[in-house]
Amino acid sequence: MSVASADTLPRSRRLSIDWVNAAFRIGLLLLSLLFAFLIGAVVLLLLGANPLVAYSTMFTGVFGSVYGVTQSLVKATPLLLVGLGICIAFRASVINIGAEGQLILGALMATWFSLQFRTWPSWLLIPTTIILGFLAGAAWGFIPGILKARLEVNEILTTVMMNAIALQLMNLLLSGPLIDPAGITAGTYLAQSERLPEAVWLPRLVPQTLLHSGAIIAVLLAIAVYIFLWRTTIGYRIRAVGLNPDASRYAGIKVPFYQALSLTLAGGFAGLAGVVEVIGVQHRLLEGITSGYGFSGIVTALFGGLHPLGVIPASWLFGSLLVGADKMQRAVQVPSALVDMLSGLIVLFVIGSQWIANRWSKRRMAAAAGAKR
Amino acid sequence: MSEIFSVTVLVGILASAIRLATPYLYAAIGESFAQTSGVVNLGVEGIMLVGAFAGFYVALFTGNLWLGLLAAVIAGILMGLLMSFISVTLRAEQGISGIGLFMFGLGLSSLLFKTTIGTVKTIVGFPPLKIPVLGDIPIPLAWWLLDKTTLGLKTKAVGQNPAAADSLGVSVLRNRYFNVCLGAALAGVAGASLSLSLVNLFQENLTAGMGFIAVALVYFGGWRPLGILAGALLFSTVNAIQLWVQVLGIGIPADIAVMLPYLLTIVALAVTANRARQPAALNKPFERGEN
Repeated sequence: MSVASADTLPRSRRLSIDWVNAAFRIGLLLLSLLFAFLIGAVVLLLLGANPLVAYSTMFTGVFGSVYGVTQSLVKATPLLLVGLGICIAFRASVINIGAEGQLILGALMATWFSLQFRTWPSWLLIPTTIILGFLAGAAWGFIPGILKARLEVNEILTTVMMNAIALQLMNLLLSGPLIDPAGITAGTYLAQSERLPEAVWLPRLVPQTLLHSGAIIAVLLAIAVYIFLWRTTIGYRIRAVGLNPDASRYAGIKVPFYQALSLTLAGGFAGLAGVVEVIGVQHRLLEGITSGYGFSGIVTALFGGLHPLGVIPASWLFGSLLVGADKMQRAVQVPSALVDMLSGLIVLFVIGSQWIANRWSKRRMAAAAGAKR
Repeated sequence: MSEIFSVTVLVGILASAIRLATPYLYAAIGESFAQTSGVVNLGVEGIMLVGAFAGFYVALFTGNLWLGLLAAVIAGILMGLLMSFISVTLRAEQGISGIGLFMFGLGLSSLLFKTTIGTVKTIVGFPPLKIPVLGDIPIPLAWWLLDKTTLGLKTKAVGQNPAAADSLGVSVLRNRYFNVCLGAALAGVAGASLSLSLVNLFQENLTAGMGFIAVALVYFGGWRPLGILAGALLFSTVNAIQLWVQVLGIGIPADIAVMLPYLLTIVALAVTANRARQPAALNKPFERGEN
């Protein structure tokens, strides 16, 4: 019974989950992960490094200490935020590669605003900073969004270009208007901003670690995005546009509007990732603030099945991978670029295995329908 | 400010522009083959990086530039096979598989560079004059291949209406594999043109978005070799101006100068956003009996 499609079931049973299908898809995800690591191992062997040592160092680097575990959550936070935005965009069939740039815009806004209004009390400064950072990222997502909606310009290319522009914008501001005055007096001219006022710092959850309350905000937002996509009209329309743009058009849904909206929202969430990095972790803006989260967030979203709740465990997994990679690079001198390579392979395998999964569920549905007759 | 208008500088800009056009040209012409057959390969950037590394590595350790070029071509084809397998055989969403290929290429080339070479080393590359001559080759070749051969006509058919091509006995899968791999081989050459001729070194993320701009050039050039050539020259000119602005230091911050090619890409994509010429089956995986 559980295989019958949702619309043939009575309302009360629509929420029942097809466990066999879910298990099969999760199995495919884990296989993709395994394959990527196997290929990584072969590459390491060819390079004369011991893959077992490399991988076990990664593992103990994360789970061997409280710091490792909290650090994996610290890195999971921006990944989750970026991943949520990418989920929203993907659900409308819009591919957002621009999270790096949107994250930078969020970070820039948070830095500028909190330095400008440093005298404000925390209860006012933190929420305003977060909202403005969201809006800055959203604005950066809106530009490719409107270009896609109005002119059908390929959003993948424009978002990539917007990343490069945002990076230069940050370099420009960090070498001039936003540069740390202390760096000028000391003569170092480091490309970083002044330290942000303590009023804007997010409270730390575990003392002596970098784990901050942004992690909780991110998880709450994941639930909010789930409700938004599956329980509101706008969310429903975004998903409809992604599933079948032609049918949506006939149903009177303004397809371009929802595409632009989804990319704008995606930008906002990436902007939030930038905000929490600045006010939660670094307490200042510095070069390399993105740490590649914009790209890792894509892998995270895909691995989370493009489902807001699935992205929560996925972000922790990839947060751990990043922490492990740092440790591996320092302890056994295997460059952390290995993880970038693995991420690329995981994207390829996950997206490649979807066809297999779809074909499998179609056959299973057909078999079930045949059995019923 | 007047410095930028002096004859020496203008000649310099022109010369750099022609030199810099090579990687754009090879990568974009290659991409146009893949797209004509209906596959958007967004992994060009990753292929270029792997090609640039393979070419540089082999040239550095054998001292033979031609062997280096060959290595870049082979590396490109291997990347092309991976892309084809995922997006043609497994019918994956091409936009995402391209990004996956980019991330894979970026990671792989950095990993290999750090473990085998480590620090930035330079080699004596191809003389700069050689490449512009080479750079002229792909344009007539692409035109001839696409417009004058059976293979080209098959490719267009596969890109326009794969089901019809399939019913006439053209293997859609084989044709797409071929074109994606041909494009990837050219992307490998594009990467090698950077590491073996233009800058004569390899470093992480050497291409800095050139591969993505090359994909944009295919849209900009309307899937025609001459349009792509015009686009490549426009971009390399902007890039050359940008480099000279930095060298001369004429009051424009370098960061803004570096932005120019990327800004131009967005403007160019928006202005030429006319999809009439686009291959009808672009970005659509083919499944017999479903399309």
